[in-house]
Amino acid sequence: MAIIDPRHAARQLIYEKAFRSATLAAAMLVLLILGGVAVSLVRGAWPALEHFGFGFVTREIWNPVTDEYGALGPIYGTLVTSLIAMLLAVPTAFGIALFLTEICPPVLKRAIGTAVELLAAVPSIIFGIWGLFVLAPKLQRYVQPWLIEHIGPIPLVGRLFQGPPFGIGILTAGIVLAIMVLPFIAATMRDVFDTVPAMLKESGYGLGATTWEVIWNVVVPHSRVGMLGGIMLGLGRALGETMAVTFVIGNAHRISASLLAPGTTISSAIANEFTEAVGDLYTSSLIALGLLLFLITFAVIAIAQAMLRRLERRVGS
Amino acid sequence: MNRRTIRKIRNGAFLTLSVVATCVGLACLAALLWTLLSHGIEGMSLQLFTQMTPPPGSRGGLLNALYGSAVMTVLGILMGSPIGMLAGTYLAEYGRASSLSVLIRFINDILLSAPSIIIGLFIYEILVMRMGHFSAIAGAVALAVIAIPVTLRTTEDMLNLVPAGMKDASAALGAYPWRTVLSVVYPAARAGIVTGLLLAVARVSGETAPLLFTALNNQFWSTKLDAPMANLPVVIFQFAQSPYKDWQELAWAGALIITAAILLLSVGARLILSLLQTDRSAKR
Repeated sequence: MAIIDPRHAARQLIYEKAFRSATLAAAMLVLLILGGVAVSLVRGAWPALEHFGFGFVTREIWNPVTDEYGALGPIYGTLVTSLIAMLLAVPTAFGIALFLTEICPPVLKRAIGTAVELLAAVPSIIFGIWGLFVLAPKLQRYVQPWLIEHIGPIPLVGRLFQGPPFGIGILTAGIVLAIMVLPFIAATMRDVFDTVPAMLKESGYGLGATTWEVIWNVVVPHSRVGMLGGIMLGLGRALGETMAVTFVIGNAHRISASLLAPGTTISSAIANEFTEAVGDLYTSSLIALGLLLFLITFAVIAIAQAMLRRLERRVGS
Repeated sequence: MNRRTIRKIRNGAFLTLSVVATCVGLACLAALLWTLLSHGIEGMSLQLFTQMTPPPGSRGGLLNALYGSAVMTVLGILMGSPIGMLAGTYLAEYGRASSLSVLIRFINDILLSAPSIIIGLFIYEILVMRMGHFSAIAGAVALAVIAIPVTLRTTEDMLNLVPAGMKDASAALGAYPWRTVLSVVYPAARAGIVTGLLLAVARVSGETAPLLFTALNNQFWSTKLDAPMANLPVVIFQFAQSPYKDWQELAWAGALIITAAILLLSVGARLILSLLQTDRSAKR
């Protein structure tokens, strides 16, 4: 019979406690980082929030000379560019996901799927310079003049497409964002569609439904929560995206009715102005913008995660 | 027209739209890669790897930026990934379904998709402001903060793939959990953990926004960690926006280098994972 050395056993216990504490400390650090981000943003933003009060969120002015700042312009730009991006990207991503799960021949399925996933890893600055050097000039020469000429005169909707074709601007930023989040949303949607049990689909086909009817009446209702979760994650990316937007937005703190006009977003304003900001109030106002972005994206991502988690639980059970 | 024909037409129309969407989406992405490749190759030369970033209007290379990117990425990964791995170990081996673990998982997923510019502001507040100047070390810490959630997530997923029987066998021999984790679980999950590291490097090396307010940039060769350091993403950002042709060319070349490196890392990670999967199914 082996004799257990009590000192050895005690040492083992100490190692165990040390290792466990180390892993726990690392895990707690994750909470600490998020808490630290929140605290440091609030602290950095405090001078501006104190000085401007609630008006910071509702005023359109942004004037470093007179030291007056309001965030309405960047907020508007952030929301509108993301909205354009989602309007363009979501239907396209839906089409790609459907193609990959229901139509695509199995030989291509793996290749196209992998290509889409790899494209989601391309850094956003690449989308930015492509937007600046390739997309913006093309839009300026071909697309925007057409929009101004044909949609501009229409009442109401036309307001969105008036003014000179700058090339860069809100619309261009929205398009670049759409292309950037497209692989991401498509990959998530495909994964969600893949979780639909084959038996449900076969039952639909067995009743004589066409492919589209199976998709619309079986696949989509079954994956509604997961799809929304994927869309919200994409939206979270679009809202916080910096580099893809900064190149093509034009950095103008004005709200223009036209989508062709230059604008700014929260993240591009910070990226463009932060290192050059002189004066405490200017810096603090930019950090306050960061705080707003943090709050908006936090809410969006939290909702997305909650939705995807619900889906996971359902698949798991 | 009877109902059957209408249904058939509708089916055909929507399936065609789906194919069109795929073509449009892939065409956009292909166009992007094509431009990157053609512009980038034009700017490729040996000079890129032997000379410093030039002043406006003259030719030069990207040596200092490549060096700075490598240093900050390596430092960031060295700082961030052990923390992410340990935290992932806690979630997979100790915490499991406790409410603390659920909270940490939730917060981690939020950090995973939080805008990286926010992380830049955070590090600016806690490091750059305190030190009084931009520095490479602040850049590395910002990258580490971005690497933590990535490694945490992959480590937890990979540890969960290790069969419970192996852990039980180790415990039955009288090993404490720490011994089991170090001698049984980590070796069994080695390939998966390496994949996670590769993915973290890929994620971190393309980040621009957090370096903008931490490492900033440096036109000259610098190896000092407490001074601003050049790095590829910020050089691309500044050079691409400049009116100088030479600078723009360098920006494209840098963009190609970064994208190629990241795609290679991602493909490598994928290969390891697929080898792992065939390996596992072969054993079964």
